[in-house]
Amino acid sequence: MPTIYIDDKSYDVPEGDNVLEACLSAGIDLPYFCWHPEMGSIGACRQCALVQFRDADDEHGRVVMGCMTPVSEGARFSMNGMKASEFRKNIVESLMLNHPHDCPVCAEGGECHLQDMTVMVGHRNRRYRGKKNTHNNQYLGPLINHEMNRCISCYRCTRFYNDYAGGTDLSAQGAHDHVYFGRQQDGNLESEFAGNLVEVCPTGVFTDKPLVNDYTRKWDLQSAPSICTGCALGCNTSPGERYGKLKRIHNRFNNEVNGYFLCDRGRYGGAYVNDENRAKFAGLRADDGRYNAIESQLATDTLAGWCVNTDRIAAIGSPRASIETNYLLRRVVGGKNFNSGIGDHEASLVKQISSIMQIDSVNTPSLRQVESADAVLVLGEDVTNTAPRLALSLRQSVRNLAKKMASDMRIAHWQDEAVRVLAQDCLSPLYIISMAESRLDDVAKRSITMSATDIARFGFAIAAELDSSLDSIAGFEPAHTQLIKSIASDLSSANRPLIVSGTGCQDQAVIKAAAAINRALNNSNGMLSYCLNEANTLGASLMQDGSEASLKELCERASKGQIDTLLIAENDLFRRAPHQQIETLFNNINNLVVLDCIDTETLAQSALALPSSSFAESEGTLVSSEARAQRFYPVYQPAEQRQSSWRWLTQLGQSIGLESFEKFTEFDNVTASCADDFAVLAGIVEASLHGDYRYRGMKIARQTHRNSGRTAMRANISVHEPQQAIDNDTPLSYSMEGVNGKQSSALTPFVWAPGWNSNQSVHKFQAETGGALKGGTPGKRLFESSSASSAESDRDKIPVVEIPGPFEAQQGHWRLLPLYRIFGSDELSARSPAINELTAAAFVEISVDDAETLELLDGDGVLLSLPDTKVCFEVIINPSIANGCLGYSVGLPGAPWIAPRSSVTIKKNHAWSNTNRDNKPAKIVIEPGVSNV
Amino acid sequence: MRDLVESLVSQLRTIWSILLHTFTKAETVQYPEEKPYLAPRYRGRIVLTQDPDGDERCVACNLCAAACPPDCISLQQGTREEDGRWYPEFFRINFSRCIMCGLCEEACPTNAIQLIPDFEMCEYERESMVYEKEHLMIDGPGKYHDYNFYRVAGMEIKGKKKGQAENEAEPIDIRSLLP
Amino acid sequence: MSDFWIIVFAISVMLGAVGGAAVATWFERRLLGLWQDRYGPNRIGPFGIGQVAADMIKLLTKHDWVPPFADKWVFIFAPTAIVVAMLLGFAVVPFGPGLQIIDLNIGLLFFLGMTSLAVYSVLLGGLASNNKYALLGGLRSAAQMVSYEVFMGLSLMGVVMLSGSFSMVDIVESQRDGWYCFSQFLGLFVFVIAAIAESHRLPFDLPEAEHELTAGFHTEYSGMKFAMFMLGEYLGLILISCMITTLFFGGWLAPFSLTFIPAIVWFSLKTFLVICFFILLRCAIPRPRYDQLMSLGWKIMLPITLINLVITGAVALWIAGA
Repeated sequence: MPTIYIDDKSYDVPEGDNVLEACLSAGIDLPYFCWHPEMGSIGACRQCALVQFRDADDEHGRVVMGCMTPVSEGARFSMNGMKASEFRKNIVESLMLNHPHDCPVCAEGGECHLQDMTVMVGHRNRRYRGKKNTHNNQYLGPLINHEMNRCISCYRCTRFYNDYAGGTDLSAQGAHDHVYFGRQQDGNLESEFAGNLVEVCPTGVFTDKPLVNDYTRKWDLQSAPSICTGCALGCNTSPGERYGKLKRIHNRFNNEVNGYFLCDRGRYGGAYVNDENRAKFAGLRADDGRYNAIESQLATDTLAGWCVNTDRIAAIGSPRASIETNYLLRRVVGGKNFNSGIGDHEASLVKQISSIMQIDSVNTPSLRQVESADAVLVLGEDVTNTAPRLALSLRQSVRNLAKKMASDMRIAHWQDEAVRVLAQDCLSPLYIISMAESRLDDVAKRSITMSATDIARFGFAIAAELDSSLDSIAGFEPAHTQLIKSIASDLSSANRPLIVSGTGCQDQAVIKAAAAINRALNNSNGMLSYCLNEANTLGASLMQDGSEASLKELCERASKGQIDTLLIAENDLFRRAPHQQIETLFNNINNLVVLDCIDTETLAQSALALPSSSFAESEGTLVSSEARAQRFYPVYQPAEQRQSSWRWLTQLGQSIGLESFEKFTEFDNVTASCADDFAVLAGIVEASLHGDYRYRGMKIARQTHRNSGRTAMRANISVHEPQQAIDNDTPLSYSMEGVNGKQSSALTPFVWAPGWNSNQSVHKFQAETGGALKGGTPGKRLFESSSASSAESDRDKIPVVEIPGPFEAQQGHWRLLPLYRIFGSDELSARSPAINELTAAAFVEISVDDAETLELLDGDGVLLSLPDTKVCFEVIINPSIANGCLGYSVGLPGAPWIAPRSSVTIKKNHAWSNTNRDNKPAKIVIEPGVSNV
Repeated sequence: MRDLVESLVSQLRTIWSILLHTFTKAETVQYPEEKPYLAPRYRGRIVLTQDPDGDERCVACNLCAAACPPDCISLQQGTREEDGRWYPEFFRINFSRCIMCGLCEEACPTNAIQLIPDFEMCEYERESMVYEKEHLMIDGPGKYHDYNFYRVAGMEIKGKKKGQAENEAEPIDIRSLLP
Repeated sequence: MSDFWIIVFAISVMLGAVGGAAVATWFERRLLGLWQDRYGPNRIGPFGIGQVAADMIKLLTKHDWVPPFADKWVFIFAPTAIVVAMLLGFAVVPFGPGLQIIDLNIGLLFFLGMTSLAVYSVLLGGLASNNKYALLGGLRSAAQMVSYEVFMGLSLMGVVMLSGSFSMVDIVESQRDGWYCFSQFLGLFVFVIAAIAESHRLPFDLPEAEHELTAGFHTEYSGMKFAMFMLGEYLGLILISCMITTLFFGGWLAPFSLTFIPAIVWFSLKTFLVICFFILLRCAIPRPRYDQLMSLGWKIMLPITLINLVITGAVALWIAGA
């Protein structure tokens, strides 16, 4: 550790850091703009100036930029000396020359890095009397608001958008003081990570558009540590609430998971919790089919009355509900009457994946580890659309070659421009074998598309190429054989090869092929990552001991009249199985009880609808696709009768007198009991701190210390302020009283530090700037690969491999390929207004040849004949789809559930017009009123 | 010793000068029969003012609420569709909590919120002390006659395009390569 | 006077003293108002005199509360003690020739004894409240009383030497040649200051200094018991004023041979002026720091008293010798 001197005080700083990082780590507030821990230094803004001295006798020194100066033993700097501080002040003054008088109407105000830095350097008055430069704004889509006048030209936006996230449509334009950051013309920003500009921009050029039109300052937001429910990656988020409304979601730093960035689905996908159609009261369906609002107690009593005969009840959990909800539901009905709610086919895929992940030699990487991979093979997964944040990590992994070249040349990794200039187009190998073109193709060494069956076959061929003990697979065209060889050689020569696959193909063979390649590599540093669909898919799947009923079995039992009452928690079964099957199931059930936080078709069929709270209003544990158990906490109190599903179920269990349900009134007891019952989930109790955690007797404040309006916000209802809500289940308080910053960082509701109002203050929460949080990384990984057992000994645990034959196009029949979309495929986020605006209507994609055969043009309608119904879709001609295959959008509004891997016949629908698009599901309306029961 | 005598004399002089106040008139007045003169800057009831063009000055920046010691101001920002101005969708002051400290007025960047010399706010119900925007709004600019925030701010609103605010140059043509 | 009339007189003195104390609360506020250029209580009744009744009704009807953490009996005893001690003090005050409840030959010592008893009230009130501010107030009170007690007594020894008696009547009678306020100027000076400290009135109200100690020893008191403390304080004010009149301003004796005005009127008038002076002091002088108070007592007042004593003694001997 080199020792450097700043203002004659010595500091031991980490080797290889730049002086700016070192200063921030040492707790010295050195202003900066353009540097970002994840994007490195370019020295553009000139803000982090220090004076460096040759030695102790040097009295003059020279001004250097902190971010561009490596630390070296004995280096001497002056930060507070007049020369340095005057320089920094002048820089801010020059940046402020053209800055508009906008702060009161700027959505960045109060969490603005430029404000913080201006105060930090002491700049006050604009001395320059000339006119201010102005710029016209652009329309950048429904997510991002553009206000170019506020720009200070730090280039962080383009560096993130282009260099880091691979976007192409945002650029720096113009020259000298006319420089402009925008698109070539108005239009939606194309990158799936554009939302990060809100946090990356140090001032208010890019702001959160949904927030700008319903704005609340950061200091007024009530926040809690939360987990994104948009996909299975488990990114950490910090949602903010005001007046009972979720206002925005910000990134919550987690070194091993999402780091500094979120995808747009995560950032903007939470607004569904504000939906007016969400039920607020328990509803009991009357004979006329309408719901009557009833008291919670009556709802529980009614439900308890229906659940008396425990042999005749069944329950369906959900992969989007927390571990605790699924666990209690399972406890109520017993394992054999319980179904995880994942859907039978997907459940078998997830089961396969979880058993592979539990093999000791299989190393499932965190997103941070993904970034360290030096050769990547993506097998059959459209990562950008199924696990978006993983795509951003993969994009970083291809830069490992550049970093290696730089370190060979002894260029520090943070010298961003130098590293890029050195590497030019040299990228670490990334191969993508998928069903359709993907957004990562631009950084891929090769990307090819084929049918799902062929992908699996291709994967096995790579495994065979790597491991000579396997039977080689013939029958590939020469170009593919060549590609197989080069993939195999790149993977085997890599130090940290990574295979990415998942449920995206909905094909067992693809999952097994990925495992086979990983085993064939026999590299203890090798990593295998599977993408899953929903926030708790893995958790729901792990909570099984083999006694569970499949959905099909439940349907059969119901048809025999063996089930009176069916409980469904936070699940829309119409998204899991054919419409007809679920209709029949519901018709065979006397009492259908649905607990949900959104208004679904399933809820609309229920006899008793119970309003549960969303992720923003309840606590729970989720297991991400890397098997990391993480806890989310309620941001605010649920309205009216809404309460967490686990609370409804605890009340149910208590009123039917089930064993040990008395203690389940405390959340931690539910988690602990689940961990006791399922050995594989033992780690979930360590996902976060226990509810009685206190920092020196204090809870952690959800509100900032400057939260305003406490005595006025409810004054229109009553001038008598109620006591602040008490939170017995978590270490957080619903008030500004408590700590934030001293506690374990797993429980950081929001980031703030004195003088650092913006999200840049996160470095105050990190043990070392840019590194892990103080007090360790939040979450607990349930499986760790153990280096002790070699791949050889695990060989038996690898699933039996049956290599599928090559896919042959059939005349008149098309093999369906599932295509996911970042905006729309996820059930919850698709309901958020901003995401909804970007969601395409349901579609099918077809190859150019097939389109010609069928005489189809882009935008025509085709009629798909499914086993029980016919559905019309808009057709998109996509050259990357294999002949004989038909890609169909999964989960987009207007499309029914389609059995994966099935073959369909299609024909052109001449009656198609674009007006058919809006096929919204029926709405459930519960009106408050007197109950008839 | 000298200190002692000096301080003794000082005390006696104090007593004497206080005694002389026997013959001075009371500074206080017999309120409510008599009303005192209150300067325009007196801190009494709070009002929301309008800019010289007759539109509401408040831009819902929330600074008053943040500055308020008893937290008795609450509001919600909205963007007005027809002209793009920020405005408060609701603006509520709970005067039963207000301490008339005037920090909201000092914090206000648009001179919208002002305290006026009216302190006679008496109600039998505390509920009646809760003032909404329609109760707070007055038809006029209050103490500051000329200030109009949007003429200074860079944000574009209807009727004021980019570059038309005070001290602003015309918007830059980014396609131009001229210096 | 017969025993019956003595009892009647005693009761009327008691009622007069208590009534005077009640009126003094209003009078003090009016006078403070006058000197502070405002009005003071002026709404209820003529000149606001009804304020006395209003305050009384308020205090008497307030919840008579004993804090659960307090030492109950001591807590109740403390406020009564001060009223009893102060009222007993009035027994030796000569309001006029023969107008006295009892002419003790140690009248002065009895007065000193009674005022000293009052400290117990404050000390016990502070202790019994079981409250940190009350305790601090009680402690301050004890230390202050003990210190100022010393030269309060000594300052009067000059008067005793010159009059040759501890009897109040004798002291008054011996002033026919000249009031002791001239001959015992230093004694008067010290006694006034010590008397303020003894009755812990402003500026020496450190036991209840509200800026530091909330309300000092009576922080926990309310209603009737608080009223008793206030009563005791104002009784003390009147008693001390009576004593100053008696000891230094010739008691009931008329100045300039204006004997057509009754003696009791002269006595009352003089006492009234002394009371006004006390209120003026309260109005004009800020409260000292606690250490300043103590050092004033021990470093200045005590030496002055001793010098006064020595000079008086020497002069008395010289006169006797001559």
